[in-house]
Amino acid sequence: MTFYDEYEKYIGLNLEEFFKEVRDEDVLRVLSKENLTRTDYLTLLSEKAEKYLEIMAQKSRDITTRHFGRVIFLYTPLYLSNYCENQCAYCSFSTINRMPRKKLALEEVEAEAEMISQTGLKHILILTGESRYHTSIEYIKKCVGVLKKYFTSISIEIYALDENEYLELINAGVDGLTIYQEVYNKQIYDEVHITGPKKDYKYRLEASERACRMGIRSLGIGSLLGLDDWRSEGFALGLHADYLQNTYPEVELSVSLPRIRPHVGSYSPKYDISDKNLVQMMLAIRLFLPRVGITISTRESSSFRDNLIGLGVTKMSGGSTTEVGGHSSSEHGEGQFDISDKRSVSEMAEMIYKKGYQPVFKDWWLD
Amino acid sequence: MSDEFKIGGKVLQSRLFVGSGKYSNNRLIPEIIKSSKSEVITVALRRVDFMDEKENMLNFIPKECVLMPNTSGARNAEEAVRIARLARETGCGNWVKIEVISDNKYLMPDNMETIKATEILAKEGFFVFPYMNPDLMDAKRLRDAGACAVMPLGAPIGTNKGLKTKELVKILIDEISLPIIVDAGIGKPSEAAEAMELGAAAVLVNTAIASAENPILMAEAFGLAVKAGRKAFLAGTGAIKEFAEASSPLTGFLN
Amino acid sequence: MRFALNGKEAEANNGISVEEYLLQKGIELDKIVIEYNLEILKRIDWKSTVIKENDKLEVLRFVGGG
Repeated sequence: MTFYDEYEKYIGLNLEEFFKEVRDEDVLRVLSKENLTRTDYLTLLSEKAEKYLEIMAQKSRDITTRHFGRVIFLYTPLYLSNYCENQCAYCSFSTINRMPRKKLALEEVEAEAEMISQTGLKHILILTGESRYHTSIEYIKKCVGVLKKYFTSISIEIYALDENEYLELINAGVDGLTIYQEVYNKQIYDEVHITGPKKDYKYRLEASERACRMGIRSLGIGSLLGLDDWRSEGFALGLHADYLQNTYPEVELSVSLPRIRPHVGSYSPKYDISDKNLVQMMLAIRLFLPRVGITISTRESSSFRDNLIGLGVTKMSGGSTTEVGGHSSSEHGEGQFDISDKRSVSEMAEMIYKKGYQPVFKDWWLD
Repeated sequence: MSDEFKIGGKVLQSRLFVGSGKYSNNRLIPEIIKSSKSEVITVALRRVDFMDEKENMLNFIPKECVLMPNTSGARNAEEAVRIARLARETGCGNWVKIEVISDNKYLMPDNMETIKATEILAKEGFFVFPYMNPDLMDAKRLRDAGACAVMPLGAPIGTNKGLKTKELVKILIDEISLPIIVDAGIGKPSEAAEAMELGAAAVLVNTAIASAENPILMAEAFGLAVKAGRKAFLAGTGAIKEFAEASSPLTGFLN
Repeated sequence: MRFALNGKEAEANNGISVEEYLLQKGIELDKIVIEYNLEILKRIDWKSTVIKENDKLEVLRFVGGG
């Protein structure tokens, strides 16, 4: 049994019908509760609940401060390569986009690591496109070997792996995995993943569980908002997180709520998600899953991100670039998507202090 | 509405389990069963005293009652297993409450030994009801060892202090798929109701009834309280808080 | 013939069975359980088991307990 089987039970559920039935008292009753059920969570995703956003925000801030303290955890992405075998409608790394392709040599990885470590960050997220040919497990292991000298925590956001491959990388020094399902709606998933290995919905959905079984320490999941209606995606994401938390309580779990940003290619989001919608989704997740980390990406504007501090966010990236070699190179090529919040790590840290929070560069260190 | 409690191969109407210890007179027991409407009673196994052969207490327990022998006196898993096997040999069914206590000061249960005994006895076909200190990890181990319920203490045995472990018991109720039966420490009917409102599957009470001035009346009170708490749980608490207007709204930036 | 009964020294006539001994002592046989030399003695074996010198016999029954 995996989340794939668990999620299938919910597929026939008529969410629109459910949302129509939600009354004010239902929302208030949920807001009065301490532990929320899946149905309670769904109630908070309803249109009716939007009216109670402020109450949700107060509760969310309270819960977040109690469980995480007044801190924001900072990290930065490092793109190793943009070679990709997939054709995904929403991503500029897609095979059909004619863009210069690059993969960092180990010396270049070292140069990036040096630049990033000068900012004080001790946690790094390494990313690749999906190409087992250009970015093999062997290659990633070598990169991890270089990065270990500079960082105390290394997370990967790469193609989905088998169990033994996750184990290999964990043994090499990887302690975190980020893997977004992108869209939980199976039909849309099939439509937007046009060709390539990523087309296998189930293999991707179960990747996080394979990593958990192999002993990954932290895990980030997410849904790319705009591919489907945010309420149903938000519900699926919450179910997924709840399932993982119950099944693998030893894993430190976080969820991410990226909204689609403009990029090279021609995809524009099919579904709108307003700032208000995004905040509602984030607050509902916090109330449903008090101990789960929440990440807000640099796809969002700096002023919007600033305002979310204190509402439930626990993790943010800074000094972000989605280009391969973007940290150390002065030449600028095409990134995976456009970044809205372009602030450096020190600018981010200053803003976080101003908000009365502490930026955390190093959460743990185990040698 | 029907709300049967299916457990250990039985179907019960009452979610109050009573203990048979500490009564001034065994003759009270049928009255306690009758007034509380309880269908499960715990008993202990002891050496027959050949110098002073007393009346057989089983003669005072109605035939339709489910007997839950406990392993009291066991200081480790091995002794608990031995007592459980002996108890089954009496022909009174295959329920057993595992109680392993090696601490005579507070009478706290030894979770680790309890887990060991549970594993052995569940494999032998017993319906195992382990009495435990409400630790989530140990409750999971008990579940995996084959327990048919988990019985966390509300407060140390015999203290009548109430549901002191409320937060911990709540976690077990939320996280463990087995029935959670609060055992030990419940001193008043209101506390039994509180446990049931939280979502406990049943409550086991002995001292609070046995030490009441009028045990028969207290047994009835517990029976009603457990029923009330259960109904409240099924109804879903509808309490709606008042939410204060924030002086500086957090979501003002959205407007 | 001497043997241990519930941890205490006891005496019985040679050749007496467990069941005979208990009846002699006026014990209600219903719902008791017997441990004979640390093994459970099945009810069907009570008649045929003869108490021997230095045997260890435990006779137990239910009492009140929580």
